[in-house]
Amino acid sequence: MSYLLEVKDLQVDLAIPAGTLNAVRKISFSVSRGETLALVGESGCGKSLTAMAIMNLLPRQARCQAAVLSFEGDDLRSFSQKQMADIRGRKMAMIFQEPMTSLNPCYTIGNQLEEAQLRHQKVSRQEARDRAVYLLEKVGITAAGSRLKQYPHQLSGGLRQRVMISMALMCAPALIIADEPTTALDVTIQAQILSLLASLQQEFNMGMIMITHDLGVVSRVADQVVVMYCGQIIESAPTRELFARPLHPYTQGLLACIPIPGRSKRGQHLGSIPGTVPTPVGRLQGCIFRNRCPLAVEACAEQTVNLQEIHARRSYRCLLSPDRAGYNWLEHDEYE
Amino acid sequence: MNEALLEIKNIRKEYRISGGLFQRRRSLRAVNGVSFAVDKGSVLGLVGESGCGKSTLAKIMLGLETASEGKILLEGQDVSSLPCRQRTRRIQPVFQDPYASLNPRKSIQAIISLPLQVHKVGTTAEQNVQVEKIMDLMGLPRRVRYNYPNQLSGGQRQRVAIARALIMKPEIVICDEPTSALDVSVQSQILNLLIDLRRELGLTYILISHDLAVVEHLASRVAVMYLGRIVEEAPTEVLFKKPRHPYTTALLTSVLTPDPELRLPETHLGVAYPNPIEPPSGCTFHPRCPKVAERCKVESPQPVVNDGRMVECHFPNY
Repeated sequence: MSYLLEVKDLQVDLAIPAGTLNAVRKISFSVSRGETLALVGESGCGKSLTAMAIMNLLPRQARCQAAVLSFEGDDLRSFSQKQMADIRGRKMAMIFQEPMTSLNPCYTIGNQLEEAQLRHQKVSRQEARDRAVYLLEKVGITAAGSRLKQYPHQLSGGLRQRVMISMALMCAPALIIADEPTTALDVTIQAQILSLLASLQQEFNMGMIMITHDLGVVSRVADQVVVMYCGQIIESAPTRELFARPLHPYTQGLLACIPIPGRSKRGQHLGSIPGTVPTPVGRLQGCIFRNRCPLAVEACAEQTVNLQEIHARRSYRCLLSPDRAGYNWLEHDEYE
Repeated sequence: MNEALLEIKNIRKEYRISGGLFQRRRSLRAVNGVSFAVDKGSVLGLVGESGCGKSTLAKIMLGLETASEGKILLEGQDVSSLPCRQRTRRIQPVFQDPYASLNPRKSIQAIISLPLQVHKVGTTAEQNVQVEKIMDLMGLPRRVRYNYPNQLSGGQRQRVAIARALIMKPEIVICDEPTSALDVSVQSQILNLLIDLRRELGLTYILISHDLAVVEHLASRVAVMYLGRIVEEAPTEVLFKKPRHPYTTALLTSVLTPDPELRLPETHLGVAYPNPIEPPSGCTFHPRCPKVAERCKVESPQPVVNDGRMVECHFPNY
């Protein structure tokens, strides 16, 4: 079976004054057409850098290595900058978090939408305009024809994000990378944008990587979830299995942290993970989560902790066996 | 009936917006006749989409903006008659972004003790003791006293912001999106802290948030705002169980709880949040309402109060 995107042992290092920051440490995953993969984690866990590495948009001080980095069977690393620029926007497209900063305020949205197609395909301006109108209508923008003449500042946040989505779709890409596409939006708009993305993905049979920190969003849209912590994958599972039975203490902790109407007891403590995320500088020994882990034992500091595989699509990085790794974060409150 | 700690009566705030060169100035009603009362020791959650006026309302309550109309009563006394210092002593804010709300050039000690200096409470030595005490209460290590905000993590900064708000022992704390700039695991730490502080110090919170799950967890009553008005107000439990206003229903269905069995919800809200400069006629919610009738387009609904809850709709769900 061939994947749309296959990543194996991807590593991203950043040179910082204090040394080398191992921002992404040997992560592997794959995405097929029509599938949604969610990359979940707190800020600084390396999820956005992973996306940048795939798009070859890393900052200059970053170094990137990988055993496999293939897209539609081609090795992405063998491409020149020029070839890469040809693929970006045409075969893989990105939707950024903040639509205000990623749209050019000096050009009309029509201009920017058309450019996305004119840059890559031999089409006339009129054809590009028709496609832009078609897609704007597709994403639920009314009076699309007249919207083309508007500038980004004339649109609301929800509309701008819709424009970003249609821009990503202009060349009908095979892979969409959405980096926190709804974080800046209101909850009501969030639900609309997510269902829109899901239906467009089905229609055009695209692969999608959804980067987010919101487990609620993940549970509703993803097929496969990859949980990252400090640049490592600590758990990877099909969505239903992950939410039914998270195996890593960190995943369990994250789930206990979010208030859920009807399920969490009002006015009572939520679960919380003590401490803060460490900065992954220098060599790593033992489990990186052990300082915050309630189940940590001595072996966690000494041994290298590898991913344990449960089945082909499910693995977790912990020394404990699946039935022992369970921890009830709510019963063991740090304050009590 | 005992007196509410804080009572807001028919507050309005109008901004004059430039219509462009050579054009008449237009008015934007950010808050359009809002009234509510908060009992001592309770938590009022204020929810709504961006642009609904919830932050303007917070600024008015804090005295950072003056209302165009209406009154704010603190234990029955009009706050506009109170001197500014007395008012700030009793009502304090915690803002959304702890990266923007702390002065980067002041040490943590200086930031937390500033209210004490302004109100000239105690000697420097006494102030230091107080700062230490409150830092312990917030779970901040004492060694960060002489550090600067940029040396702290987001969660620690928000703890500093809360410490600064609480050092004068206020009665009311207005939390404007206190956790939305924070990571999930840090958010729960701060929420737990807010829960403990309320219990220990008998605080009253006004919690402004767009995250309904957070509001549900903390608030005892919830007020839903839409385009400058409160459209529904009820005790948290009944509001979440049986929302009466169609807008509340839509807000509740759009909360994404982590449950893979449920797919993405359909809110039936349509696309656009209306332009507050030209609000729709009649009920301002009617262009997005799934239950809209002719009457809604011409006649604006009046608040109806029963069973201890308020709703402003022609056709509420009972």
